[in-house]
Amino acid sequence: MRAFADLLDRLTISPGRNEKLRLIQDYLKAAPDPDRGYALAAITRDLDLKTVKPAMLRELVAERVDPDLFALSYDYVGDLAETISLIWEPTDEPKEIGLAETVERLNAAPRGQSMTLVRELFDQLTASERYALLKLATGGLRVGVSARMAKQALAGFGGVDVTEIEELWHGLEPPYEDLFAWLEGRAEKPAQAAAAPFRPVMLATPLEEKDIAALAPADFAVEWKWDGIRVQAVAEGETRRLYTRTGDDISKAFPDVIAHMGFEGALDGELLVKADGEVAPFSDLQQRLNRKTVSKAMIERHPAFIRAYDLLQDGEENIRPEPFAVRRARLEAFAETLNPDRFDISPLVTFETWDDLAALRAAPPHPVIEGLMLKRRDSVYVPGRPKGPWFKWKKDPHIVDAVLMYARRGHGKRSSFYSDYTFGVWAGDQLVPVGKAYFGFTDDELKQIDRFVRNNTVERFGPVRAVRADRDFGLVLEVAFEGLNRSKRHKSGVAMRFPRISRLRWDKPTAEADELATLEAMLG
Amino acid sequence: MRPDDLLHPRPEGLYCPPGDFYIDPVRPVPRAMITHGHADHARAGHGAVMATRRTLEIMAIRYGADFAGSRQEGTREAVEVNGVKVSFHPAGHILGSAQVRVEHKGLTIVAAGDYKRGVDPTAEVFEPVPCDVFITEATFGLPVFRHPDPKDEIAKLFRSLAENPERAHLVGVYSLGKAQRIIRLLRDNGWDRPIYIHGSLASLCAFYEAEGVALGDLRPATIDRSQKAQFAGEVVLAPPSTFAAKWAQRFPEPLIAFASGWMQIRARARQRGVELPMVISDHCDWAELGETIKELSPEEVWVTHGREEALVRWCALNQIAARPLNLVGYEDEQE
Repeated sequence: MRAFADLLDRLTISPGRNEKLRLIQDYLKAAPDPDRGYALAAITRDLDLKTVKPAMLRELVAERVDPDLFALSYDYVGDLAETISLIWEPTDEPKEIGLAETVERLNAAPRGQSMTLVRELFDQLTASERYALLKLATGGLRVGVSARMAKQALAGFGGVDVTEIEELWHGLEPPYEDLFAWLEGRAEKPAQAAAAPFRPVMLATPLEEKDIAALAPADFAVEWKWDGIRVQAVAEGETRRLYTRTGDDISKAFPDVIAHMGFEGALDGELLVKADGEVAPFSDLQQRLNRKTVSKAMIERHPAFIRAYDLLQDGEENIRPEPFAVRRARLEAFAETLNPDRFDISPLVTFETWDDLAALRAAPPHPVIEGLMLKRRDSVYVPGRPKGPWFKWKKDPHIVDAVLMYARRGHGKRSSFYSDYTFGVWAGDQLVPVGKAYFGFTDDELKQIDRFVRNNTVERFGPVRAVRADRDFGLVLEVAFEGLNRSKRHKSGVAMRFPRISRLRWDKPTAEADELATLEAMLG
Repeated sequence: MRPDDLLHPRPEGLYCPPGDFYIDPVRPVPRAMITHGHADHARAGHGAVMATRRTLEIMAIRYGADFAGSRQEGTREAVEVNGVKVSFHPAGHILGSAQVRVEHKGLTIVAAGDYKRGVDPTAEVFEPVPCDVFITEATFGLPVFRHPDPKDEIAKLFRSLAENPERAHLVGVYSLGKAQRIIRLLRDNGWDRPIYIHGSLASLCAFYEAEGVALGDLRPATIDRSQKAQFAGEVVLAPPSTFAAKWAQRFPEPLIAFASGWMQIRARARQRGVELPMVISDHCDWAELGETIKELSPEEVWVTHGREEALVRWCALNQIAARPLNLVGYEDEQE
């Protein structure tokens, strides 16, 4: 338990992705089976643990601590697990209890006995182990590591490609001893065990316009790139699953799609929702994402469907080794049996020259299109992002010129730099904030902005500085973004998707920055 | 005589009417007793100041030799101030820190100032002084605060240095007390490389050295920017305010560490952007506060700056008369 607690403490505090990956890998190297498997499952949220209710924990603490002192402490610390872990005075000397043993004992405890068990564990653990135990038992570690990142750490640990891990993942159970044995070269790769497994997806590389002349239009099939989320719908026997492109199972949030998956096979496509019978923008889809369950009203208001791009498995047959042209023909035949309200096919775009295509890209026929996909007709379906067979050719990002209003200090290595920026556009004589960005600039530009912020601060609020920004003076930032949503949370009424600083416009007077009306017009 | 007649709070600080003096006043007063050299307790501009020799010297270093109209050394031997007996007894907080004992007409009050009971070779050992009323601080006066062994916290820094040899380790410390304690902890646990210090630490480190606290090879952390890489894998000590300043930008991939009792709380560490929290405090933790009160067993406990409410509650649970003193002007973040 000690090593796992230490891992959580360090993940909590490490700001950077690379540090987090290294910490997880170091842990996996040092920790024994089956502890490390349970730790991994805890991070990827695949650990099935009988949870402990906060009410029981409060009752337990009340046995040892005066309720007023506990209330004052909780009020100060702000986190129940942390308060309990620190305030508990153990009656025993700390003992090394394995993570696996802890998990197994919690799961084996009969109803009504879990309080006794938790009390016993609390008495034998250190404060930071108690914290880890509480985070496990109350659900949610909150250490800033996604399931995907944990799988990447695992891939780095074993020196394999992350797609191999993703492909296997849904057939594996904690504590993953067969997986570790394979990754350490002690055993064969585990066989795919799950029904309706995820197949790692094939991704496209951005099309460089300078390369386009070297490509022959006739070699490519082109389809629209829809602005939903890429999914894989897999049905095998009784099992039906909907996966994201990283292999997360989102079936529960989309029962309306699952209900119509009466096929045998695996489809690759875009998950979209409709509103009033029309394909709706991403912000509508977003309301249905990240949910464990979904209400009937939500399903009726925003029914989901899949716009298919590709067919990977047709009944018993894996057709990924077939060329795209063949798969596309199989897809068209396959889709005929499906409910057209829930499944349709993304149409191919007809064109003769790249100029034709450029014109189509500039004026797509539907607002929920974010660009074009170019796929070589002879491309087989392989996982990952190989350069050459598939290209994405996105619409140009939207660009606005905005004025820097506030800057916030960064974390970790960036803690001596003002690196997170809030920018605004003009609404009459006032600047209204429309977004925040903390990347897109070079290290050198960061230094320049940092200097500007320090020299032009007008007010400070803790780590945030307001900088001078008016009609006569300020720094104009060119901000690129992918789309715009209406937002009630922002004063300006708009929220940007994926904003980043694309250029510093030292040359541009602030009075010439964009107006809010320009953004409102983009909302349509 | 009632205890309130011997000492009671005023806006300027804790006042003794028969002796006509204040203890750690936050505004200039004619006569002041100073417990220790931290800026919120020891201010410049008083008429007459009485404090330990070391505290007087620290104040002279910080404010100049003329920081007060007159200066008088306070020791364990009581002296009479307008008929009130006043003596100074080690508090264990920082070098020179003292509790002020005040006795008048058979009544004794000890104002402990800031104090700690843990082992610290850079401060005189706390001396328990019997008294009728004990005035205690409550900076870490909540049962969640249990300071770990400082050795284990220094070990965290060593581990990070081994794992991140390319990064300069910037340790946030206040310039008086914490800085010298951390240096000494590093030395006592085997770090014999040069330690780089921010300019504001230099004079106080020299003072500690002169008082017999060996700190080893200290060098200024001010070397020209082109030689950035030389700080890789080194320990640099600086006040935490400098981490937000351009000063910190000279170091290669700085890793921010911070040594303070507050680092116990994860959210506090995250809020400050600290990558390596070290729980090292110069104040009592919860257990030490309780033990000290029980050991002294005074008639009454008065609780000042910090989490007064919780410590007063604890006293009630242990049937000890206690009340908060509600003094203003002390910054418990300075630790």
